[in-house]
Amino acid sequence: MSISEITLAEAHEKLAKKEISSVELTKACLEKIKKANSDLNAFVSVNEESALEQAKEADEKISDGRAGVLTGVVCGLKDVFCEKGVETTACSNILKGFKPPYDATSVAKLREAGVVFVGHTNTDEFTMGASTENSAFGVTKNLWDKKRVAGGSSGGSAVAVSANMCTFAMGTDTGGSIRQPASFCGCTGLKVTYGRVSRSGVMPMASSLDTIGPLAKTCEDAAHILEIIAGRDKEDSTTPEVKAGDYVKNLNKDLKGMTIGVPKEYFIEGIGDEVEKAVRTGVKEFEKMGVRVKEISLPHTKYAVPVYYIIAPSEISANMSRYDGVRFGPAAEKADSLQDFYMKNRSHGFGDEVKRRIMIGTYALSSGYYDAYYLKAQKVRTLIKQDFEKAFKEVDLILAPTSPTTAFDIGENSEDPLKMYLSDIFTVASSLAGLCGVSVPCGFDKNKLPVGLQIIGPQFGEAKILNAGHQYQCATRWHIEKS
Amino acid sequence: MLSEEQVKHIAKLAKLDLNEGEVKKFAGQLSSILEYIDILNEVDTEGTEPTSQVTGLTNVTEGDDEVNCPHSKELLDCSDLPKVRGQIRVHSSFT
Repeated sequence: MSISEITLAEAHEKLAKKEISSVELTKACLEKIKKANSDLNAFVSVNEESALEQAKEADEKISDGRAGVLTGVVCGLKDVFCEKGVETTACSNILKGFKPPYDATSVAKLREAGVVFVGHTNTDEFTMGASTENSAFGVTKNLWDKKRVAGGSSGGSAVAVSANMCTFAMGTDTGGSIRQPASFCGCTGLKVTYGRVSRSGVMPMASSLDTIGPLAKTCEDAAHILEIIAGRDKEDSTTPEVKAGDYVKNLNKDLKGMTIGVPKEYFIEGIGDEVEKAVRTGVKEFEKMGVRVKEISLPHTKYAVPVYYIIAPSEISANMSRYDGVRFGPAAEKADSLQDFYMKNRSHGFGDEVKRRIMIGTYALSSGYYDAYYLKAQKVRTLIKQDFEKAFKEVDLILAPTSPTTAFDIGENSEDPLKMYLSDIFTVASSLAGLCGVSVPCGFDKNKLPVGLQIIGPQFGEAKILNAGHQYQCATRWHIEKS
Repeated sequence: MLSEEQVKHIAKLAKLDLNEGEVKKFAGQLSSILEYIDILNEVDTEGTEPTSQVTGLTNVTEGDDEVNCPHSKELLDCSDLPKVRGQIRVHSSFT
């Protein structure tokens, strides 16, 4: 067994006891990357030299007794996290050559904690997609079956973690982009409450929905990472003064007496039989732990995807308008006017999915259509949020499948954007309500592709969902199975 | 249903230059997305307030202090293009 396979919690223990060094751990991860990345395409850039330097510094910190839990562990960053001086492009041609002048807040916090950054992971362009097929760097392949997608948009991060190329990776989740790839690749993916973790320095997609969080090997690891990155940040005005912490302390709480809701709208036509079976078996596991399970109803669930595909593209059309292709991006061809120059740059710089979303958003926000589309969607968003508020009066947590299917074939949905959007059908509703959720592996289908179980909690309920996820992972072994 | 003319108009508003093939392709794809979204019309939203911020924050302000501000050299280093007298020499845009 390579030491790159150990969890963050195990790595910390071994590093603290000097059984391994951070340099050894980093080398083991680099070795995995060298061996597997040409096949899987999880990383779009690797910084071997700088990673080894950071590892050396981490080892010194450990020797000096200045180490924390994350000191010396290895992290991959989704290519939308600004890392000072390291090319960060959101896997888009329009940002080719962009080297950020500062670290994102989350990156700075992890760096301060002694994390070793090994490289940037693949994503759908500007995080727009559910398969990591919309990347300027090409598709990321699923480690369980290379003909299939890794999910997305944090597909590179999910594969990097599951293939042991790093101890954990950072991702972003706007409508399911951490949870769905975690489900497809068999790792643990945490989507935090809107505002729980600062997004300063992370390239925005849809600003009223974007969140950032870890993809990790276990819920315990995710709890350790969240302890470092959660909290108020002056650089992100959407981070409220809500106390963070106790994520690790709460992991071992007994779940007895807890009530968990299973929404009937999440077991609909279109969900794979084997997905349903694995998730139902997962629910039973919670019953064995003394949890009371109750069927609930979230009646506006079927409107979540249409609401999302008005609100997200509207915000996208605004956020993408800043990219003009002047200082970064493809070398411009000659144009007739400045307008024409911008239009040509943007047309060459952006891929099809980004263009589609910019246009849907532009249309929805245009004069005469605003009320019919954007305002209507914001109102239905309120109803979706109220569904969850009502549910959380009766139950502590909600259990559901993460995605209706396991990983699909590369190319299967790429010509039909609507079909691709439906891959997020079980994750977008909780995103619209700003809730937290974690996807944990809960079984396999007949092709040995992982299935994800989603544990959804109320806003700022991260300690609860990680506690439940950890207890589940103590009772099951799905998260340990190897491809 | 979006016509090709409408797609061209939206593209212009969005500052995107589409070729004829793209106009055709996007007209079909955007129409089917918008058609799907029309399902929202069946929801009664009479008297429902819109949600734009989910955690209830309003008007968050900070002091007008200079913090975490990259210096000009760091900002210039963001781009691979040549630097001239503290400025980025960009591609000539039009002739």
